[in-house]
Amino acid sequence: MAIAHRALSAFARMAAVVGALGVMTAPAVHAAEALHPHKIDWTFDGPLGSFDQASVQRGFQIYKEVCAACHTLDHLTYRNLGEKGGPFVASGRLNAATGAWEDVKLGPPHHGGKLVPAADNPFVRAIAAEYQITEIDPTTGQEVTRPARPSDRFVSPYTNPYEAKAIHGVAPPDLSVIIKARHDGSNYVHSLLTGYVDPPEGEQPPGGAANLSYNPYFPGGWISMPPQLLPDRVAYTDGTPATPDQMARDVVSFLTWASDPKAAERKQTGLAVLIYLTILAGLLYAAYRQVWRDVKH
Amino acid sequence: MSGPSTYVPKSGFEQWLDKRLPVMRLMHDSFIDYPTPRNLNYFWTFGAILTLCLITQVVTGIVLAMHYTASVDLAFDSVQRIKRDVPFGWLIQSIHATGASMFFLAVYIHMFRGLYYGSYKAPRELLWIIGVAIYLAMIITAFLGYVLPWGQMSFWGATVITNFFTAVPIVGTPIQQWLMGGFAIDNPTLTRFFSLHYLLPFVIFGLVILHVWALHVTGQNNPDGVEVKDKADTVPFTPYATVKDLVSVAFFVLMFAAFVFFLPDALGHPDNYIPADPLKTPPHIVPEWYLLPFYAILRAIDFSIGPISAKLGGLLLMVGAIGVLVALPWLDTSKVRSMRYRPLARIFFVIFVVVCGALGWAGGQSPDKVIWQSSSFRIEGQATGPGGAAQTYVGAGVTLEAAEKAFEKEKAKVVAAGAAPQSSTVTTPFQFKVTQFSQLLTLYYFAFFLLILPILGLRETPGRVPETIAKAIGAKHAAAAAPDREA
Repeated sequence: MAIAHRALSAFARMAAVVGALGVMTAPAVHAAEALHPHKIDWTFDGPLGSFDQASVQRGFQIYKEVCAACHTLDHLTYRNLGEKGGPFVASGRLNAATGAWEDVKLGPPHHGGKLVPAADNPFVRAIAAEYQITEIDPTTGQEVTRPARPSDRFVSPYTNPYEAKAIHGVAPPDLSVIIKARHDGSNYVHSLLTGYVDPPEGEQPPGGAANLSYNPYFPGGWISMPPQLLPDRVAYTDGTPATPDQMARDVVSFLTWASDPKAAERKQTGLAVLIYLTILAGLLYAAYRQVWRDVKH
Repeated sequence: MSGPSTYVPKSGFEQWLDKRLPVMRLMHDSFIDYPTPRNLNYFWTFGAILTLCLITQVVTGIVLAMHYTASVDLAFDSVQRIKRDVPFGWLIQSIHATGASMFFLAVYIHMFRGLYYGSYKAPRELLWIIGVAIYLAMIITAFLGYVLPWGQMSFWGATVITNFFTAVPIVGTPIQQWLMGGFAIDNPTLTRFFSLHYLLPFVIFGLVILHVWALHVTGQNNPDGVEVKDKADTVPFTPYATVKDLVSVAFFVLMFAAFVFFLPDALGHPDNYIPADPLKTPPHIVPEWYLLPFYAILRAIDFSIGPISAKLGGLLLMVGAIGVLVALPWLDTSKVRSMRYRPLARIFFVIFVVVCGALGWAGGQSPDKVIWQSSSFRIEGQATGPGGAAQTYVGAGVTLEAAEKAFEKEKAKVVAAGAAPQSSTVTTPFQFKVTQFSQLLTLYYFAFFLLILPILGLRETPGRVPETIAKAIGAKHAAAAAPDREA
């Protein structure tokens, strides 16, 4: 991959560089101005917001059954699903005699229970085992296939990165940080997934391409991805009605978690830090008043 | 100003050390007994805040460098790996990225402080110039650092900036290729940028030592801008300045932490979460917020002046915008140091601050964005009717495209009525675009230094400057005690 990447012809690169200068000096070509995404009250918004784990779990199902057919999730490992803050975190009791985890339940530990390490988490292990990893056996040099383990990265639907572009014309973007890679990401992805409409009269896809769909939230209006979240596209195991809006909310919750799995830890630590600093600043101010009390300034 | 040392080594070890390397004496004289003007306000605490910023960036940066991989194929992924898998990597990376913004926020307040209170005037010219050198080194370091995550903005920002060097006659292209390490931004660019990004903070560190040294020779300026005359004007650095610095630092860190923990991406661009793609140019290439004013100046010049191309003109002005700061101590002709006693200069200063902010806004916009236009676009068409009679029809719209659309509709109606369209004329309104706005702002930026400050110093009538700091404080307290006498 690396070699082919470098083999990119010098000409193509120079063309791209010239293109960049064009952007700076020549008027930008504005296709239809994209609509602003609609605002949704996410449970994870704000400094105290947290994920609705049932929604993140359903979102994982959408990712697995719909998105993963074309999109990679390169930066995630299966163990992430069972780590603190993840959708499949589990708790139980460690039997010291056998070394096995007992009474394992989905959800963070409550009284008495302990967090099951992601590598031992049965839910995570079951999810990982559904995928096959192809790798080279270092002892034989032959290609072998084995079930994925929690420590493996999310398996790509493609055998190599070029296949994605070859199949779809445009490589579907990796979804690991898609929420962070778009302005107002969570709202944007929800609007995009539910925002497909018929093109306005007279609006033609660029170059008359037949495989493009119209979506007013997408910059330029024409997107390679056809509408995906049609009613009842998936059958939720918890009985939630699979409406397009519900599915979009769930998958956005999952992708928002995936783009920043440490968000819960970050907010929790942040709260403690801010409280500590507020007290410290107050004490220092009191010290300042004390030191300067007899000095005119 | 430094005066005779008051350090008395107490223990035997301190006496032994003092005879060989008087480092404790240096510390004592610089940070404990050092006399500071007693009228300093909170704007004088930003030196301490900036020291903290530099140390924070260096410490977090050293840790990040242990986990980062400077390779075009791995850089983006390695940053994600730091944020996801390195213990507390999410925190360290967030502090480093947010810290750059905090560093610039603090340095801008520090610089505006210097500008307002005339801290650049004799005998502090060199102190100010070293400060400008630190600022320049900070800009370069921040630019190099922004390239390292190898996102779309990293790549295209590097492309745009290195391309500007081609504007330099004769040696431009060789310089550009030397900077990039090839004919395009690629792996050699990334590795050298990484190397220099690691080097420059230590250069800044050296400059900071010179800055503090020069400060401790001349002593601090103060809000009244009068030199310290005797002991009544000062208090010892410790505990007075130390505790005040700590209060300020605590509140600054509080704001810093709010960004780190709750708004880690607020100051960055979403496009930098897209891996660099040399074949896909982002619609808007913009630097980080703290460099936007210079970007606006760079793009303001869209015309050539004789042999100077628009590109070279922009580059010269951008370099000049920092260069003019070096000459500032000699451009300002006023005998009065602090703008507290220069009412007219104060007004121009406030406008200058607003202009810098507006330049920042302009730098973030598309240069062709229309801020104001005199009327709508109007297209008037002539047609010959079925009976040979001349008739006109009109399409109007806020943009040319909208006017054209409306015009085509009218035209279709006329054609349907059996008339034959002949010719059409377009009336273009006057448009005030971001580029023109940037030109006006750039004009004020330079006029402030090159015209206003030199002329104002000779023409204005300053207020009455107190003789000493102690007298200034006395007057302030007298006024506060009898507020009704102060009308």
